[in-house]
Amino acid sequence: MTTDTPRPPPRPRFFSAWGPSELKGLFWQVLVVAIVVGVVGFLWSNTVTNLSARRITTGFAFLGREAGMPIADSLLAYNPRDTYLWAFVVGVGNTLRVAVIGIVLATILGTLIGISRLSANWLLSRLAAVYVETLRDIPLLLQLLFWYVLMQALPAARAAWRPIDGVFLSNRGLIVPAIPLGPPQLWVLGTAAFGLAVVYLIRRWLVAQQMRDGKPRPVWPFAVSFVLALPVLVSLLLRVSWTIEWPELRGFNFVGGLTLAPEYFALLIALVTYTSAFIAEIVRSGIQSVPRGQWDAANALGLRRSFMLRQIILPQALRVIVPPMTSQYLNLTKNSSLAVAIGYQDVVSIANTTLNQTGQAIEAIALIMAVFLTISLSISFFMNWYNSRIALVER
Amino acid sequence: MTVIADIPDAPRAARRSQIGNPVLRWLRANLFSSISNGILSIVLLAVLTKGIFSFVQWGIANAVWLTPANDSSACRAVRGLGACWAIIPEKYRFILFGTYPFDEQWRPALSVVLFIALYFLSTRRAFWRRELIYLWIGALALISVLMWGGVLGLSFVSQDRWGGLPVTLILATFGLAFGFPLGILVALGRRSKLPAIRSLSVLYVELIRGVPLVSLLFMASVMFPLFMPAGFNIDKLLRAQIAIILFAGAYLAEVIRGGLQAVPRGQYEAADALGLSYWRKHRLIVLPQAIRHVIPPLVNTFIAFFKDTSLVLIIGIFDLLTTAKTAIIDPAWQQFSVEVYIFVAAIYFVFCFAMSRYSRSLEATSGR
Repeated sequence: MTTDTPRPPPRPRFFSAWGPSELKGLFWQVLVVAIVVGVVGFLWSNTVTNLSARRITTGFAFLGREAGMPIADSLLAYNPRDTYLWAFVVGVGNTLRVAVIGIVLATILGTLIGISRLSANWLLSRLAAVYVETLRDIPLLLQLLFWYVLMQALPAARAAWRPIDGVFLSNRGLIVPAIPLGPPQLWVLGTAAFGLAVVYLIRRWLVAQQMRDGKPRPVWPFAVSFVLALPVLVSLLLRVSWTIEWPELRGFNFVGGLTLAPEYFALLIALVTYTSAFIAEIVRSGIQSVPRGQWDAANALGLRRSFMLRQIILPQALRVIVPPMTSQYLNLTKNSSLAVAIGYQDVVSIANTTLNQTGQAIEAIALIMAVFLTISLSISFFMNWYNSRIALVER
Repeated sequence: MTVIADIPDAPRAARRSQIGNPVLRWLRANLFSSISNGILSIVLLAVLTKGIFSFVQWGIANAVWLTPANDSSACRAVRGLGACWAIIPEKYRFILFGTYPFDEQWRPALSVVLFIALYFLSTRRAFWRRELIYLWIGALALISVLMWGGVLGLSFVSQDRWGGLPVTLILATFGLAFGFPLGILVALGRRSKLPAIRSLSVLYVELIRGVPLVSLLFMASVMFPLFMPAGFNIDKLLRAQIAIILFAGAYLAEVIRGGLQAVPRGQYEAADALGLSYWRKHRLIVLPQAIRHVIPPLVNTFIAFFKDTSLVLIIGIFDLLTTAKTAIIDPAWQQFSVEVYIFVAAIYFVFCFAMSRYSRSLEATSGR
């Protein structure tokens, strides 16, 4: 570099409008897309050949055929003469039955344990830590098999173990007293849910009014009339009976009450205890993320402890808690597919049986994917909505 | 650690902690700081004592530790009262190595030792050098030779006779070894400016993360043969391994993407100013920083993934959990599955707990 020669002018390009980076980008995209299309095309043509060699017709027509598979324990009514489509729906119902109840219970248990880990009581915080460490470091499937074995080792129906009157725990599962829910009862519950939604809207409207003129307006008269009075009225008009059915042992089996089959019960316990360990850690780190000064300030104001937790600490902790909690809920839902290992018929298990009976592998897997993507998207959607409500609003 | 529950009582607790001998002071501060805390402590102590007492009675005092070979009568005599640990010496070789030829089981055992040595070396900072990669390649080749045999005078053992702990370690290790670079590529793809590459990466990650691993495994075991040309058969273990790699890739990609987002813009701009190409920029400047940021979540993903390999039980691959489940099919020992599950849980626990401790220590020193 002795002389200061001017740089040679750039060579003329074929695509003068595009710089070298755009060209390079286009090249890479074309290459990657070509590879993906090539691989997918190769797999597709193989699949088509294989399917025709095995005389399997593609398409979802098989859904209308009689399923013939037994489903032992289901939320929705089912008999083997029903179609594959209905079997799928029953499977989705079973998955949701585990997932929804599991999410609620795991949240409660996990929050309790997370708070226990922060307790001033040394023994309680140590025990909570041991619980979390142990459950997190053992595969869920192993825990599931363990609970299932314990369920099967319970005494037979005749010698059922009864912790409280009316509750039986035996190798036929957990049997609890229940109110039988038929269409009339469901109508009343539906009215109550409708009432809740109405009250929610009214409350929003009242708060908006208060924001305008500053006058407080009570919401409780509406709450009482829509959530309490309206369902009671419907119940009286339809003459719905709300008697509790007590299970009793007749012969070799139980009659009445609500039966949680051993498979369902084991799956629920395993999912709840396992997920609660993760939720406990999320809750703990969320609470710890609230700066100490906030506690001190609340104490200095002399606030009551419950008020302080509810109005100052929790709103700040929730911002940290909600996003990771969403993925735990999704994990619990997806993990419910382990049901297949102990013979609880969730949607994955039923799809698998369908696949073995009909050979419609692609359709069965596509249905599983569709179901789980829908569930995942709904949970994400709801949690994102909730997150945006509680997120810190910055200027 | 911030202790929330003691804040309202902090001044009182501080006054109290001035008096008494150290043990009493500790007890007062940690167990009996208030009346409600004292009651809670006593209840917990009672429950804990009862729990430990009944476990000791079942697991140690009344337990049967050894029986003559193939004879479970001593165990059946104490059924319900004591544990039957005798099932472990009876079955441990099957649980650990599955149906691998009995006389050759030193080979999978040596492979397991090699794997553990590899993990251990990889956790030492002093070994974080390029040579570590060669060491990994060499060791994995050695493990393949040991497991398959067929050379160096070792008899050939086909893949369908492999089982137990080595299979679990193989699935996890190869899953990570291939899933990690895949994850890096997908994470880069998701942040790429090129729309086609970005949408393909998003599609891949969301599809894999949106469905349960179980359904991916079903897909691997049932649909893979459909995808392949007629007459082309891949082994069941390899099929599951591919599903596991695809699964790991999607999850790792999301973790690495988080790391990429944490690298300051200035670093990218500086690399561009130096005139580095895309790949050199990422290899030399961006990725090392990104990965350092996410080492703790990466280890957590490794733990989750190590546990998830046990799901291959569902498609009938003989990993550690499947051998455990199979070991208790034997009618004589059928009733003692709890003991076997505790044994296998302990093995998984040791691996995962070691990883989580390691992640904790990395978190503590990552500032340095």
